[in-house]
Amino acid sequence: MSDKNHQSYWNKNLKYLAILLSIWFLVSYGCGILFVNQLNEIRMGGFKLGFWFAQQGAIYFFIAIIFIYVYLMNKLDKAHGVDE
Amino acid sequence: MNVQIWTYIIVGFTFALYIGIAIWSRAGSTKDFYVAGGDVSPLANGMATAADWMSAASFISMAGLISFMGYDGAVYLLGWTGGYVLLALLLAPYLRKFGKFTVPDFVGDRYYSQTARSVAVFCAIFVSFTYVAGQMRGVGVVFSRFLEVDVTSGVIIGMIIVFFYAVLGGMKGITYTQVAQYCVLIFAFMVPAIFISIMMTGHPIPQLGFGSTLGDGTYLLDKLDGLHEELGFAAYTISKKSTIDIFFITAALMVGTAGLPHVIVRFFTVPKVRDARISGGYALVLIAILYTTAPAIAAFARTNLINTVSNKEYKTLPDWFGKWEETGLIQFDDKNKDGLVQYVGDVEKNELIIDRDIMVLANPEIANLPDWVIALVAAGGLAAALSTAAGLLLVISTSIAHDLVKKQINPDISEKGELLVARCAAAVAVIVAGIFGVYPPGFVAQVVAFAFGLAASSFFPAIIMGIFSKRINREGAVAGMVIGMLFTASYIVFFKFISAELNTAENWWFGISPEGIGTLGMIINFLVSGIISHLSPAPPQEVQEMVENIRYPN
Repeated sequence: MSDKNHQSYWNKNLKYLAILLSIWFLVSYGCGILFVNQLNEIRMGGFKLGFWFAQQGAIYFFIAIIFIYVYLMNKLDKAHGVDE
Repeated sequence: MNVQIWTYIIVGFTFALYIGIAIWSRAGSTKDFYVAGGDVSPLANGMATAADWMSAASFISMAGLISFMGYDGAVYLLGWTGGYVLLALLLAPYLRKFGKFTVPDFVGDRYYSQTARSVAVFCAIFVSFTYVAGQMRGVGVVFSRFLEVDVTSGVIIGMIIVFFYAVLGGMKGITYTQVAQYCVLIFAFMVPAIFISIMMTGHPIPQLGFGSTLGDGTYLLDKLDGLHEELGFAAYTISKKSTIDIFFITAALMVGTAGLPHVIVRFFTVPKVRDARISGGYALVLIAILYTTAPAIAAFARTNLINTVSNKEYKTLPDWFGKWEETGLIQFDDKNKDGLVQYVGDVEKNELIIDRDIMVLANPEIANLPDWVIALVAAGGLAAALSTAAGLLLVISTSIAHDLVKKQINPDISEKGELLVARCAAAVAVIVAGIFGVYPPGFVAQVVAFAFGLAASSFFPAIIMGIFSKRINREGAVAGMVIGMLFTASYIVFFKFISAELNTAENWWFGISPEGIGTLGMIINFLVSGIISHLSPAPPQEVQEMVENIRYPN
């Protein structure tokens, strides 16, 4: 396995992590904590939106983030021939 | 059949199941004992991780806690789920590839230092004991409340059960019992939740009922905010803590979750790197079922409680009120002697004190559910406490047998000898945990902040930097862990033990409470490690190659 291939695999991995962790930060600390009051002005059914993110929504996003990561990484492993 | 008989039947059945599994999955080697042979399927590992993670506190206390905290309960909901994203993305795959048995193994090898290993062992044992004391206490409380045996006998019965499968089966026994315990606890948690959701909102799914309307056409949460305003409590959906404190507490819990050794070690039990990734996903789905239901239960129970007791005549209150009053978990003092219950925000006028644990334990009674549901809640609480206790005890026994005896004191010990040491260590740990359960140190509640704060400020940065940087060396990591941990520990000890009277927002640094200080400790750890590493020589070539190696699955 060439070093170049390894390097490009690792860089893509880091890029995925940066994007996914930004979403992770945004839905929990952003929508659920820092901007909760602004979002609470918006309603979704019986929920104020900020409250919903803090007690429900962020958790659903967390699940989605992990499954997207798994999908992307399994594909990346294959593309770079580093899968087991 | 009454509640008590139902409880004996259901609890007895689940215990027989756990013991049966323990006998079936005995450990034959140290690899079986430490990492269940390394061939657990990702789904089984996800279930075991979920049961391992969800403790007596998650099952019994959390919904009640949220119902009294309102919006602020989000720190637990976000903190104890968001950590799994960090685990699955930043830790699990690489630690699986590293492929040894424990967290101190990684820290010791990556930082080529017995000092680093010893610091990690100390943290692992301290964090695990802190946690396990609360679990055994939870076992005792459930026994005493539902089976009317005293707390001591309850703890002893719990010890015997855990002893059986932890000592005999090690990680292998624990893993498969945890799978069964997950099923028991989630069923026990969801059945009453679904009943109550239907009763109050007509929705069978509590997560939807949470945002729906009540019988009178108002939205549940609006109704609750309205009731709170009427009675002089702060609004339910609005924060009562400062934003910075919420932020720091959430971060400390998240990062602490990702740094807890009994959770990390579960990812050593699956065969491949890709299994480690996906089992993090399964674990979070299974945990989220409970964690998204809990806030709904919190709001249902809070509304129900206020409607049932507020300004009602004491004599006309339902039976469960008197029953829980006897246990001391509900206290009523008719201050103005009008015979009515005044449950209000004003401390001077308030006549009712309610323990948060009641919310889950008494929910089935408050909602008039059948007896077998009440018995089920008892079995669920026990499953949650026992599964977490077992996972923690295993970390303690592994730390002693593997990290201390095998890696430091007597490296020539035979496989059989090491297994024997591991079993003895597990046995001693069970007994110590039991003693904590019978004679709980008064500070159990306070030390939970410790467990997360220390995990956040010691392990997490050391592991993350060990994976993502080749430049971080022994000197940097050890200094970072020690300083991060000392800083966090001093802050917590000062505000929780030495000067508890000063523990208010005005005295906190930057308004950060002791619960959230682990986040600052973590930042300090990162900074110290980075600076010291760059001032001292780079790690040896073979360590840099090891780091390179763990980054690729094959």
